[in-house]
Amino acid sequence: MKFLPIIWANLKRRKLRTALTMASVLIAFLLFGYLCAIEEAMNAGINVAGADRLIVRHKASIIQMLPMSHKERIQQIPGVQSVAHATWFGGIYQEPGNLHAQIPVVPEEYFEIYDEFILPEEQMKKWKETKTGAVAGRTTADKFGWKIGDRIPIQATIYEKENGEQMWEFDLVGIYDSDKEGADTTQFFFRHDYFDEAQTFAEGMIGWYLVKVDDPDQADAIAKTIDEQFANSTFETKAETEAAFTRGFAAQIGNITAIMIAIMSAVFFTILLVAGNTIAQSVRERTEEIGVLKSLGFTNPQVLALVLGESCFLSTLAGGIGLGIAFWLISMGDPTGGNLPIFYLPTRDLVTGVICMILLGLLTGIAPAIQATRLKIADALRRAA
Amino acid sequence: MSENGEVLVKVSGADKVYRRGSEDLHILDKLDLNVPKGEFLALMGPSGSGKSTLLNLLGGIDRPTNGSVEIGGDEISMLSDRKLAWWRSRHVGFVFQMYNLLPVLTAARNVDLPLLLTNLSSKQRRKQVELALDAVGLSHRLDHYPRQLSGGEQQRVGIARAIVTDPSILLCDEPTGDLDRHAGDEILDLLDTLNREQGKTIIMVTHDPHASARASRTLYMDEGKLKTEKPE
Repeated sequence: MKFLPIIWANLKRRKLRTALTMASVLIAFLLFGYLCAIEEAMNAGINVAGADRLIVRHKASIIQMLPMSHKERIQQIPGVQSVAHATWFGGIYQEPGNLHAQIPVVPEEYFEIYDEFILPEEQMKKWKETKTGAVAGRTTADKFGWKIGDRIPIQATIYEKENGEQMWEFDLVGIYDSDKEGADTTQFFFRHDYFDEAQTFAEGMIGWYLVKVDDPDQADAIAKTIDEQFANSTFETKAETEAAFTRGFAAQIGNITAIMIAIMSAVFFTILLVAGNTIAQSVRERTEEIGVLKSLGFTNPQVLALVLGESCFLSTLAGGIGLGIAFWLISMGDPTGGNLPIFYLPTRDLVTGVICMILLGLLTGIAPAIQATRLKIADALRRAA
Repeated sequence: MSENGEVLVKVSGADKVYRRGSEDLHILDKLDLNVPKGEFLALMGPSGSGKSTLLNLLGGIDRPTNGSVEIGGDEISMLSDRKLAWWRSRHVGFVFQMYNLLPVLTAARNVDLPLLLTNLSSKQRRKQVELALDAVGLSHRLDHYPRQLSGGEQQRVGIARAIVTDPSILLCDEPTGDLDRHAGDEILDLLDTLNREQGKTIIMVTHDPHASARASRTLYMDEGKLKTEKPE
């Protein structure tokens, strides 16, 4: 710590150069943070997917529906603990840009399987008592300023009511939260019995099943058994773990992780050159000062530490500010207005960012630092004379 | 000068040879030197005669090709780089012609530099720095940057930095070489005071007879050897 004033003073030596270098590092880490959040959003759910949960959909496509009669047969398969179902409603709240998922479910069944969702008991009770009742995730409720007791109109795009009415109205009876990082709190759930009775599009059909198994190690085997159960039927199924399902969904866009790595590699390589050049130039300019420090008794490892300290200080300060701004921007919410319901900067990416800052500092500082240690005092002082 | 005659600096048969291409340059040639503790010694001689090279050997920032350099009983030419750096930080203070202050640090921070290598607390260091700057008459310039100081004042800061760890020997390389006569005299007065009142052993390289006149003894470098008389 006692060497910090020297490091700081050296960085202030050429303020414009340091500021420009810091700006480039800052932007790189801002980009890093933001891209990490986008990657997380694209792979949404993989990391929070329960190892004991299966998704069972129509073999042809998720948009093909399955009959409700499958439920009992799935429930009878050994190792299956509970079964729930869900359906994509695809409605619009106020305007098409207000994107969020609306899903008809059987309340207690669904929330038993998604036990990371926290809904107060009295709200669950109220929901069970209210046929038109619905619960919204905290993020969506906050976004639209919904309060319990509000009446929420949703315009259907798929499911008309019997009388041709497209407007569905729901009574908000609860708001759910989650204490699990990355859990989706943007969804809007309403009762399936209300939905099934009122809609005319696909009575007795649901979108997909959610299956909780007793033993996560048996998940793949149970998925296989479920598919075999419905093989060669009109409604063949494709069962897989929730993580595999989510991964497959994300892969339809492309290998997002690979794209992110490619972008960030290019950015960091450029920054490595920019910051490396700054430090090298800065050290070259003070050859005689390094000679003076050594004449005063600074050892080579101390000189090495001073130069590396300077480069690491620059990269961690600028990178920290960049990542901080990214964190702040990300905490403001999904920039697409709903296309990325799970939008946050995971802790692991924050840690990776900090490691990258330190690595960047070490890599940019190591060559000039070694050069400084090799400097002979007499030669350095001769240059000053 | 101390009257006890105890030898602080003992150089025996020191050679310094630099290789330039295929040619060997003999800068110091079997040089012998004894400096008693508390002496103020001036080294004179033409450019390239080896004065600064000798000063570098005495300060442990260069090593002789042959021979030995003993300071206060320590054979410094045999020490490892790490031990030599430690030795420098404890036993020797350098005063340079161009002051060699770090321009980005205040006077106090410049003087504090050698103390960073000690285990003193920041409070203790601050006290030492204030004492050193007070000793050179600059206690009112603690927070000034070198660019805000005159040449003479910068050299005083350089001297404060050299004495802040209370070394036994001060090595001064043309300490008045970049100053006008008045400022130069002030620096020489200061060195004289440090020698007389604090018993510092001072070895000063200079071209200036006026400066060398302040020393208790003057030696002349000529072709890598020391002479008591000025060569023709």
